[in-house]
Amino acid sequence: MSLIHAEGLYAGYGGVDILRNTHLRVGADEIVVIVGPNGAGKSTAMKAMFGLVPVRAGTVTYRGEDITNRPPERMVTRGIAYVPQEANIFPSLSVLENLELGAYAIPGDMSPRLEKVFEIFPRLRERRHQQAGVMSGGERQMVAMGRALMVDPHLLMLDEPTAGLSPRLIDETIERIREVNQLGIGVLMVEQNARQALAVADRGYVLATGENRHEDSGPALLANPEVAEMFLGG
Amino acid sequence: MELAGLGAYLLFFLNLVGIYAIMALGLNMQWGMTGQFNIGIAGFFAVGAYTTAILTTGPADGWLGGFDLPFLLGLAGSIIVCVPVAWVVGRITANLRTDYLAIATIGIAEIIRLFFLNEGWLSNGTRGIPGIQKPLDLGNGGYLLIVLAFVAITYLLVEVARRSPWGRVLRAIRDNEPATAAAGKDIARFRLEAFVVGSCIMALGGGLYAHFVGFVSPEAFRPLYGTFLVWVMLIAGGSGNNLGAMLGALVVWIIWSSTEVLADLVPTALIGSESAFRVFLIGVLLQVILVSRPQGLLPERRPPMPGERRRS
Amino acid sequence: MIEVIQLLINGILLGSILALGAVGATMIFGVLRFAHFAHGDFMAVGAYFALTVVTVFNLPVLAALPVAMAGTAALAVAIDQVVYKRIRRVQPVILLISSFATALVLRSAIQMIWGSSNQVYETGIQLPWRIGPLTLKPDHLLIFAAAAGLVLMVHLFLTRTRMGKAMRAMSDNMDLALITGIPADRVIMWTWAIGGALAAAAGVLLGMDTRLHPVMGWTLLLPIFAATILGGIGRPYGAILGGLVIGCAMELSTLIIPGSYKPAVAFAIMVLTLIFRPQGIIKGAV
Repeated sequence: MSLIHAEGLYAGYGGVDILRNTHLRVGADEIVVIVGPNGAGKSTAMKAMFGLVPVRAGTVTYRGEDITNRPPERMVTRGIAYVPQEANIFPSLSVLENLELGAYAIPGDMSPRLEKVFEIFPRLRERRHQQAGVMSGGERQMVAMGRALMVDPHLLMLDEPTAGLSPRLIDETIERIREVNQLGIGVLMVEQNARQALAVADRGYVLATGENRHEDSGPALLANPEVAEMFLGG
Repeated sequence: MELAGLGAYLLFFLNLVGIYAIMALGLNMQWGMTGQFNIGIAGFFAVGAYTTAILTTGPADGWLGGFDLPFLLGLAGSIIVCVPVAWVVGRITANLRTDYLAIATIGIAEIIRLFFLNEGWLSNGTRGIPGIQKPLDLGNGGYLLIVLAFVAITYLLVEVARRSPWGRVLRAIRDNEPATAAAGKDIARFRLEAFVVGSCIMALGGGLYAHFVGFVSPEAFRPLYGTFLVWVMLIAGGSGNNLGAMLGALVVWIIWSSTEVLADLVPTALIGSESAFRVFLIGVLLQVILVSRPQGLLPERRPPMPGERRRS
Repeated sequence: MIEVIQLLINGILLGSILALGAVGATMIFGVLRFAHFAHGDFMAVGAYFALTVVTVFNLPVLAALPVAMAGTAALAVAIDQVVYKRIRRVQPVILLISSFATALVLRSAIQMIWGSSNQVYETGIQLPWRIGPLTLKPDHLLIFAAAAGLVLMVHLFLTRTRMGKAMRAMSDNMDLALITGIPADRVIMWTWAIGGALAAAAGVLLGMDTRLHPVMGWTLLLPIFAATILGGIGRPYGAILGGLVIGCAMELSTLIIPGSYKPAVAFAIMVLTLIFRPQGIIKGAV
């Protein structure tokens, strides 16, 4: 059974549809990657599923419940966490405070969750009193993902988590995402670094001009010559 | 007798409406057309009023004056002196973000008021400058014609400006600054020009005001009379719409005057101070307008772009 | 030299009062993204609330302080609910104009209720202490202690409580706060309550130092905004620092220029900040 399922989405800004009849599905333990050229609507698709872009037609179903156009805070309490591509930390707050705020909407003791995040990102435990805004790009990305994990999500949505990182950090980030997935958290991510991302993906979608173009397992998409030529740089 | 009294009041009233209409037009150039949030109107109002007061009065007793120049030269002086003042203020502030611009302009207006308050050699300090004459020994009726003539001239000028290519650039800046900059327009220059022109219109209003009441003192340029009422007029009338700005001046003065009647009806014991009660009412009125009809009585109607057909 | 020290003492005193006002103003600016022009008048309202408590119940001023703070906090929340909340989504500038109207309404309400003349909390002259050539009134120590205590409480609130952290987070990154599920409406309400309470405290302390007058707060609005901008928008610690700097600069300026130009000094510092370091001493959020 699928964790989240978007069907026939039409969505966009100011009356202009960027998504046209887009379908996306993430299974409970899957890593699903969305790739495609610039302006394909990859980020928009994810934002529409999370309630940040109004959906004009179509439905988003999460664990059997219709969550189309729900406000983001309702998504959080249901166990969906979203990490935007930019401005994804609270820069003037400490690492620890960033993580604590991640758990704001979730009642109950947060220390087990905090412990889990620190296990995945030991670096964050070391630097927990550091002001987040002065950290390196890679560390900020850890803070951002850590904040999202504090929700104790079933589904983690990541918008270009490796953008602007060095090749070594890209590999490390992808590896972390795989570890998160092994905890039983479904991952949906948009990626420019399609090669590395598809290599760990269970499935991938290729979007172009807001429409589904291809859908297959990660390795199969990597092997697909058309996809390789169009989006993976030959 | 009743009727004569009413007529005299009406003349007095219409003069003030005209003067404030001019200031509302000046503000409309800055806010309505360009999106500059100037809440230092009182400063330019004061510059205009004091300049003509100094230029046109007879022998001064301890302050700058004694030039005894004619009325029109006094008004010209008001505008001319305002140009460098507004230019300097505009250079510093015109490119600030809206909220910073608001803070900066209100600060400048207060400093201008402090300046006239403290520099007695220039302005006679708190005592103010008396004896400012109306031209040609006119009464309020004759003066009203002059004021109305200036209202008409100002209206025509700002309306022509609004429809001109220059005015279109200003609106483009207001609505979408990045796109306008990308189109190669020198935003800073256009902003500064609009700021200076708008401020000079306010200074003209100040000059006309000085001759109308015959006396200027720093008290008249507190933010309430100098700035706030003009804003209420523009918002109520419809910012971006020059006719709306003038209609707003009329309507708000009617309301402002009727608050006096209302304040008379309510026992003083209940409201403490009559003037405070009036300010209270006008403040509440503005809040009601902002909550219920923020676009004003006459909303902005854009002139058609070249080649665009007017819908009828 | 003695004169400079005396002026510095006065400056720190004025600075502590400005700091209390500026902390609230900067949080409102940071969370709601608009300059609240009625903040000075919140100060005045708070000062007059305390006056009523002092005269009706015959209490010392510091005992009236919490009442004034609570009353002003309630008033600030009420004004937000009745007016600002309805226009928040239209255009930030409309909020600015509206706050200007609020300022006038509050000021005229004060005139109607308490009158326009100068008033004081306690009549009679307080004997100043003379420490060598310096003079200090007992009240000054009280004012300074109260301001320091309140700043400490704000610090604890912002760093130790969930709501305080959420407030800083909203001021830091509004969109992320919403995505994270922080309840914006509740944070905004708390921001008004704390901003109002601190403004009231600043007003009461100002009233202790000088006298009560309906425009007492309005005249400090410019220095408060100057402190806010100098310290960085949305940065409470910056606002405290900014308040102290502006307060000292205003007092020290009287060595060179007439005292009546003190507001101009605050203004000049603000404009220089906007030109050379618009993000403020501590990098601001907006």
